[in-house]
Amino acid sequence: MKVKHKDSLTRTLLISISLLTIGILLWIIAYIFVNGISHIDLVKLFPPMVSTLFIVVIGLAISAPIGIGAAIYLNEYAKDGKFVRGIRFATESLAAVPSILFGLFGMMFFQINLKLGFSMLSGALTVSMMVLPTIVKTTEEALKTVPTSYREGSLALGATKYATIAKVVLPSALPGILTGIVLGMGRIVGETAAIYLTAGTMYRLPLSAMESGRTLAVHLYLLAKEGISFDEAYGTALVLLVVILCLNLTTYFIGNKLNKSSSK
Amino acid sequence: MKKVFWLCAAIMIIVIGFMGAYIVIGGLPFFSHTSLIDFLLGKKWNPSGNLYGVFPMLVASLYGTIGATLIGVVVGVSTAIVLVEVLPRKIAKVFSAAIDLLAGIPSVIYGFWGLVVIVPLIDKFWGGRGAGSSLLAVIIILSIMILPTIIRMTEVSLRAVPHEYKEGALGLGASKYQYIFRVQLGAAKSGILAGIVLGIGRALGETMAVILVAGNAPIIPTTLVDPVRTLTANIAIEMSYAAGTHQQALFATGMILFLLIMFINFALTQFVKKGGRRSRNESKA
Repeated sequence: MKVKHKDSLTRTLLISISLLTIGILLWIIAYIFVNGISHIDLVKLFPPMVSTLFIVVIGLAISAPIGIGAAIYLNEYAKDGKFVRGIRFATESLAAVPSILFGLFGMMFFQINLKLGFSMLSGALTVSMMVLPTIVKTTEEALKTVPTSYREGSLALGATKYATIAKVVLPSALPGILTGIVLGMGRIVGETAAIYLTAGTMYRLPLSAMESGRTLAVHLYLLAKEGISFDEAYGTALVLLVVILCLNLTTYFIGNKLNKSSSK
Repeated sequence: MKKVFWLCAAIMIIVIGFMGAYIVIGGLPFFSHTSLIDFLLGKKWNPSGNLYGVFPMLVASLYGTIGATLIGVVVGVSTAIVLVEVLPRKIAKVFSAAIDLLAGIPSVIYGFWGLVVIVPLIDKFWGGRGAGSSLLAVIIILSIMILPTIIRMTEVSLRAVPHEYKEGALGLGASKYQYIFRVQLGAAKSGILAGIVLGIGRALGETMAVILVAGNAPIIPTTLVDPVRTLTANIAIEMSYAAGTHQQALFATGMILFLLIMFINFALTQFVKKGGRRSRNESKA
C-alpha cells in the first residue's frame, strides 16, 4: 500500500514537471506572437533579411560541399583508424566550441589578418566553420541508412566506386542530406555572437559580399540590448521565430517522408 | 575523387586545430603582462587601469552553469521519464516534437524573452542591485536552453534499455517507479551523463542570451540577484573596441574558455566510450 501511495505521488510530480517544460515552451512562443504580431514592419526588416540571406547562402555554399565530402569519406572510404578517430574527435570538438570563440577567431583572422573587414563574407566564412559538424553528422547518418545491397548491386554492374556514390548512394541519401542543410540554415539564421563580431552591426542593405550588415538575430539583439525600441524588437523576434519554425517544419516533413519511404 | 573527399575530411581537423592554436597563441603573450595566477584569481577587471583579473567572470560562469545544470537535470530527466514511461506513445510523440522545437529557437530569442519576462519578475519579487538582471535570471534562461539537449539524450538512452530489464524487475515484484529509478536510470546512466555534459558545454558557452539578462557588472556575486558577467559575455562586450594588452587579455579569456570546453568534450568522449564498451560486452555475454 505504501509503495502504491508513493508511486502515485512520484507520478504526479513527474507529470507536473513535464507540463512545466511544455508550459514554458508555449509561454515563450505565445508571448512573442501576441506582442509581436502588431509590430511587424517588413520594410524596416528588409535590410536585415537580405543580410541574413547573404550569410546563409554564402555560408552554406562553403560548408555544404566540404561537410558532405567529409561525410562521404568517413562513410564510404575510410577504414577505422587513427585518422578517422581524429576526424570524429575534431567534429565533436567543433560542435562543442561556443559561437563566441568562432566570433573571436573570425574577427581577428578573417576580418583583420585576411583584410576582409566587417563583411558578409567574414560572417559567412565564420558561420560555415560553425555548421560543418551539423552537416557532417546528418549526412553521415543519411549515408548509413542506404542499404549495402545498393552499393553491391551497382558495383557488380561494373560501375566505379565514384559512379556508385554519385549516382546511387547520394540520390537515395538526399532527404537526409537536405535535413542537415536545413538544420545548418536554422543554426546560421539564429546565430548572433559569431556574426556580431564578424559581419558587423551596420543597419543597411548589403549589395555585395564585401559589405557589412546586420542579420535578423543581430538586429534583435541590438534592439533589445540598447532598448531602442521594444516594439520593433517584438516584431523582429516574431519574424525570426516564424522563419525558424518554418525551417523546423521542413526538416520534420523531410524526416516523415524518409520514414515512410524506408518502411515501404 | 577519393583524395578530394579525404581533403574535405582533413579540413575538419585543420579548422579546429588552426582555430584552437590561433586562440591560444593570441592569448599567450598576455601572460608576460599578468601571470596566469593573477589572471585567474585577480578580483578586479579594469582594462583602463591595466588590471585584468578574470576571477569574477570565472565564478559567474561556473555558478551560472552549475545552477542551470542542476535545474536542467531535474526537470529534463523527469520530462524524459514521462515521455518514455508514462505517456501513451502518440501523445509522447507530440511532446517530443514540441521539445525539438524548443531546441531550434535561437538563443537571442530566449535572451529577449528573459529580458522582457524573467528580469521584470525577479525585479518585482526580489529586487536586487541589477533591478532583476542577475545571476538568477542567467540560471533560469540557461536551464531552459539546455533542457532539450538533456531531455533528448535521456529519452534515447531510456528507450535503449533492454525490455528484459523491465520484465525482470516487475517480475520480481518491483513497482513501475521502483523499476524506473532503481533499474532503468542506472542502466541508461552513460547516455544521460553524456547529455548532461553536452548541456554543461552549451550553458558555459552561451553568450548573447546571457548578456541580455545578466547585468554584466564584473563583480563577484554574493546573492542570487546580484548582476554578473560571464567569461563569454566579457569577450563579446569588449572585443569590439579592445586593442593592445586589453585585446590579448580577451584572447586569454577565450583561451581559458576553449580549454574548459575541450576538457568537457574530452570527458564526454570518455563517457560515450565507456557506455559503448559496456553495452558491447553485454551483447557478447
